[in-house]
Amino acid sequence: MMGGSMLEIKGLSCGYGKRVVLHGVSFGIKRGAFVGIIGPNGSGKTTLLRAINGLLRPCKGTIFLEGRGIHQMARRELAQKVAVVTQSPEAAPPFSVEEFVLLGRVPHWGRFQLLETEGDLTIAEQAMVLTGIASLQERRMGELSGGERQLAFLARALAQQPQLLLLDEPTAHLDIGHQVQIMDLLRQLNREQSLTIVVVLHDLTLAGLYCDRLILLSEGRLHRLGPPQAVLREEVIEEVYRTVVAVVETPLQAKTAIVPVPGGD
Amino acid sequence: MKLNSRSLWLGWVLFLTALLVIVALFSLGVGAVHIPLQKVLILLTKGKGTPEYTILFAMRLPRILLGLAVGGGLAIAGVMLQGMFRNPLVEPYTLGISGGAALGVAVTIVTGGVGCLGLASLPISGFLGAAGIMAAVYCLSTRGGAMRLSRLLLIGVMMSFIASSLIMLIMAITRTEDLHGIIFWIMGSLEEPDTSLIRAMLFISLGGLIVSLLFSVDLNAFSLGEEEAFHLGVPVERLKKILFLLASFITGCCVSVTGIIGFVGLVIPHLMRLLVGGDHRILIPTSYLAGAIFLILCDTLARVAMAPVELPVGVITGLVGGALFIYALSRRGGSF
Repeated sequence: MMGGSMLEIKGLSCGYGKRVVLHGVSFGIKRGAFVGIIGPNGSGKTTLLRAINGLLRPCKGTIFLEGRGIHQMARRELAQKVAVVTQSPEAAPPFSVEEFVLLGRVPHWGRFQLLETEGDLTIAEQAMVLTGIASLQERRMGELSGGERQLAFLARALAQQPQLLLLDEPTAHLDIGHQVQIMDLLRQLNREQSLTIVVVLHDLTLAGLYCDRLILLSEGRLHRLGPPQAVLREEVIEEVYRTVVAVVETPLQAKTAIVPVPGGD
Repeated sequence: MKLNSRSLWLGWVLFLTALLVIVALFSLGVGAVHIPLQKVLILLTKGKGTPEYTILFAMRLPRILLGLAVGGGLAIAGVMLQGMFRNPLVEPYTLGISGGAALGVAVTIVTGGVGCLGLASLPISGFLGAAGIMAAVYCLSTRGGAMRLSRLLLIGVMMSFIASSLIMLIMAITRTEDLHGIIFWIMGSLEEPDTSLIRAMLFISLGGLIVSLLFSVDLNAFSLGEEEAFHLGVPVERLKKILFLLASFITGCCVSVTGIIGFVGLVIPHLMRLLVGGDHRILIPTSYLAGAIFLILCDTLARVAMAPVELPVGVITGLVGGALFIYALSRRGGSF
């Protein structure tokens, strides 16, 4: 099924109560894609992610996952296919890292299952090795640094063994080393396990470096959709973000960086 | 969960079960008539007809069984509510259950309802009062099928205040002999002459233990927050309603049989969380056992501390529980 449709969004409008945030957004994401969602604050990035993972019910339009409407699926079934890494909450969960990662196996359990199987332990172990936190498994979640905590959230999502991984600003508040570590890992998962990845990013340069398609939202509407070089253009960004930027060449092959131009210069 | 922590779990359950048996045997022995342990064991097997046997089986054993049912029931109701609200200060009474039950009892006593319903009148009116308050809290905090937890907590606390104000009002205008009845009921006691009520309470409390265990994994997911639990496939809205109703039902039954016995549902879950960790699969059974042990011990203390005067068990649980709580907090830095 490589290259088939993973996600199909048609005429999606949704919001919170009476306040509509997204207006008639339509796009499709192919299996194995690495898609970035970008846009200014309040443009509806997180809302779009919440609609895709079923947390928000659309007021109009439909969302199809592998050809099936997500609201026709049971919660548990959706959680077997879609894993979500949200912006980490401040309160630390009262668990060790291993216990926390094992919670990712819960969607695959039977209704009356109370104990994890050997298979669950192996999968959680693999997820921790992959994210490089195997040595932290006995530590409490509250003792981790910001970067380690984000890796633990990613490991839990991977333990879900999803087809589609949604991430909301996974690199926010992280230093450049951890940012690259997380993004490299996502690219590795995308290439080696053909995991479909949809990630909300604020950092336009990171988005351009890693994603093969970008969705640019502006005021709740789909402004532009395409490969990074088509979306990350000076005139497009200046229009949407209302600020002057320079798109500069980097030493990396065919990759550009977006540099803000300070006002008054 | 590694194998070594599974055996740690088993160890905790076995240790607390053994402790429960020891405490129960101790409680059988002490009292106005002291019966040494060897004699208790002999009497248990072959002592039918002796006066000691009657003391053991007609007076002390029912109290112990009721202590087990109510102590365990309040403790797991506390675990469920603290887990659901992710707030260590929530306890079974926070949401107004005790206030509702006390109000029901107070109204029955002053209106003379005791006469027409007989022995079971106080438990029934307590349960109706608790159920009434719970229904009001539930309806007021649910909008469009979704239960908002912050709203639930606020409305519960307000209902508690309203109920206790109404009780004060009733007490202010009531006759002295009725006043005594209300005060004694509010202070709580494990004295219960009706053995079928004790049997029903045991059944409800043990049933509650089993049902709550089935939701322990969902509760673990829930301790990450509502949104995270949703992403892990937990039907969040349904779970909140089930937990609320289950915890309320267990608490309502406990309160209507024994009156208001405070602190068990607050202190025990907190203490056990410090000892066994935040995993509800072990937290629920160990809290049940610890709650039972705690209440049986407190009741024994209430019986013998100032014998022949029996102290209200709610006073003992408050004193011992409060001291224990502060001790645990100051030792572990209060991590939740």
